[in-house]
Amino acid sequence: MAAPSNRAWHVVLLVAGGLLVLVARATVNEYILSIINFVGIYIILAVSLNITNGFTGLFSLGHPGFMAIGGYVTAVLTFPVTRKAMFLELPRWLAGLQLPLLPALLAGGLCAALTAFVVGIPVLRLKGHYLAVATMGFLIIVQVLITNWESVTRGPLGLNGLPALTTLWWVYPWVAVTVYAAWKIKFSSFGRSMLAIREDPLAAQCIGIHLFKTRVLSLAIGAFFAGVAGGLWAHLVTAITPASFSLVMAFNIVVMVVVGGTGSISGSFVAAVIFSVITEFFRPLEESFDIYGIGEILMAAVLILILIYRPTGIFGSREPRFLVAKES
Amino acid sequence: MSSGYIAQQIVNGLILGSMYALVAIGFSMIYGIIRLINFAHGEIVMIGAFTTLGLLQYLGLPFPLVALAVLIVGAVVGILIEKGAFRPMRGAPQVTGFIASLGVSIMLQNLGILFLTAQPRNFSFPDYLQRVIQVGPVSFRSIDAVIMSIALILMGALLFLVHRTKLGMAMRATAENIDVARLMGININRTIMATFAMGSALAGIAGLMWGGKFGQIDPLLGFVPGLKSFVAAVIGGVGSIPGAILGGYILGLAEVLFVGLLPPIYSAFRDAFVFSTLILILLILPNGILGKGMEERV
Repeated sequence: MAAPSNRAWHVVLLVAGGLLVLVARATVNEYILSIINFVGIYIILAVSLNITNGFTGLFSLGHPGFMAIGGYVTAVLTFPVTRKAMFLELPRWLAGLQLPLLPALLAGGLCAALTAFVVGIPVLRLKGHYLAVATMGFLIIVQVLITNWESVTRGPLGLNGLPALTTLWWVYPWVAVTVYAAWKIKFSSFGRSMLAIREDPLAAQCIGIHLFKTRVLSLAIGAFFAGVAGGLWAHLVTAITPASFSLVMAFNIVVMVVVGGTGSISGSFVAAVIFSVITEFFRPLEESFDIYGIGEILMAAVLILILIYRPTGIFGSREPRFLVAKES
Repeated sequence: MSSGYIAQQIVNGLILGSMYALVAIGFSMIYGIIRLINFAHGEIVMIGAFTTLGLLQYLGLPFPLVALAVLIVGAVVGILIEKGAFRPMRGAPQVTGFIASLGVSIMLQNLGILFLTAQPRNFSFPDYLQRVIQVGPVSFRSIDAVIMSIALILMGALLFLVHRTKLGMAMRATAENIDVARLMGININRTIMATFAMGSALAGIAGLMWGGKFGQIDPLLGFVPGLKSFVAAVIGGVGSIPGAILGGYILGLAEVLFVGLLPPIYSAFRDAFVFSTLILILLILPNGILGKGMEERV
């Protein structure tokens, strides 16, 4: 069997992406830069949700919950020690700890993944809509707990004044890592067992795929990247509040995955770019004309039209042909 | 904690539960017939509330007329949503419809913001509906009594309609098996439309109640009743009308009692409690309390 991917094109895309980041850093202003950062974070979110939702078909609305966990863990770890003493009541080992961004992000991602294990073991016995409801419940529980755990999270005020560590050179390498991981998973035997579970759980079980293990793992992998994205988000906005990780955000990410095509990495990527650019584009327009809500109305209309005329999304479950080597 | 206090809490819970139940019925009926979780359902509560505000407060129509108008407006909006968004994607995977309904929901919310502004508006019923009635240790406003009776009457009417009329039989048949129902000569489109109309009419009336109970309305108010009624429908067993009613009252009572009977520190955790209970119920009774087994293969 041939190599599953067309290496040359991947290298070309990676280099092009790197060049784009370089050009962006040199030319555009802070405001546009922050938008480009948000686009990157949304790409990470959409591609990672695609691992859970697209590959394995677990309809999860809990992604922002994992993001919140990752975000708060990262934020607490990078928070300057002096400010910690002022605002938070932490156990001693944590109060004197200040980590650089990378280990903090990894810790955040791992905490999110761990939570996914703990939550997934009972909840992943549910299917379809019921799983959607339960994960939505998980998201709301996370929000309530964060809001009320004031000694560590400062409650609804959130943590602000975080060091502004997130730059394009942090976001886009993580985008590359996420896409690479998703790609490797999709074209491995593990990924194929995920897709098999999505298509027909019974048949998948019959050929010896461990349903439960695969489901829990795919939730945890998605959660890891969501946690990392949460950390990047926190250090981009330099503040983190429980309200930022809402059901609306869950909806936005799910829309990206569905519009791009459930199971298609390129699809999630493209949809994340399109949707976050449109949203950011309409925001100043709305403010200047004093008509709020137009952007959302248009986005919802586009979504409904796509669902009617192209229910499998832009790419379906496939990747563009030039990125995938021919099967021989 | 006196028994009077507890009785009062129970009455409050029943009032809240009536609203949840009315919205949950629509959720459940629509799910039952086309396996669609319609997140836009909560938005009809919002539309019902604003219709009430316009007719009752700005035009000064008498209350029974307003209630009737709200029922009709709810039904019409429900039919429009079904025709515009859900009919074209019938037969698509379940998740597609679910996401489309989230889209419809966001669209309606933002249309509300666009045309009505996000500013909350005060909502007050005329004096004769605001009178306080005292029964033993329990006090409530006359509007609350009206709300509860309307809810009960409508639920009774609905159960009669579903179980004793030809249309109801068609609805039950379609819910059972849409293809066979079609082969038996049932007009599927009309039946589904009727289901949306009825469910949405009830949600519209719940909007009237919502405004009356909380005294303030804004275009985003549909989110909470939508979500809670969804939970209520799942607790009772999605697809079952008595289940939705039961789920609505259980949720209403549980919420009020949780806040009323436990020390105040815990009341901030109310939503976490509601959803933990939900997840627990789902794990123990995957089909809800009165739900029928789903056609699951694994």
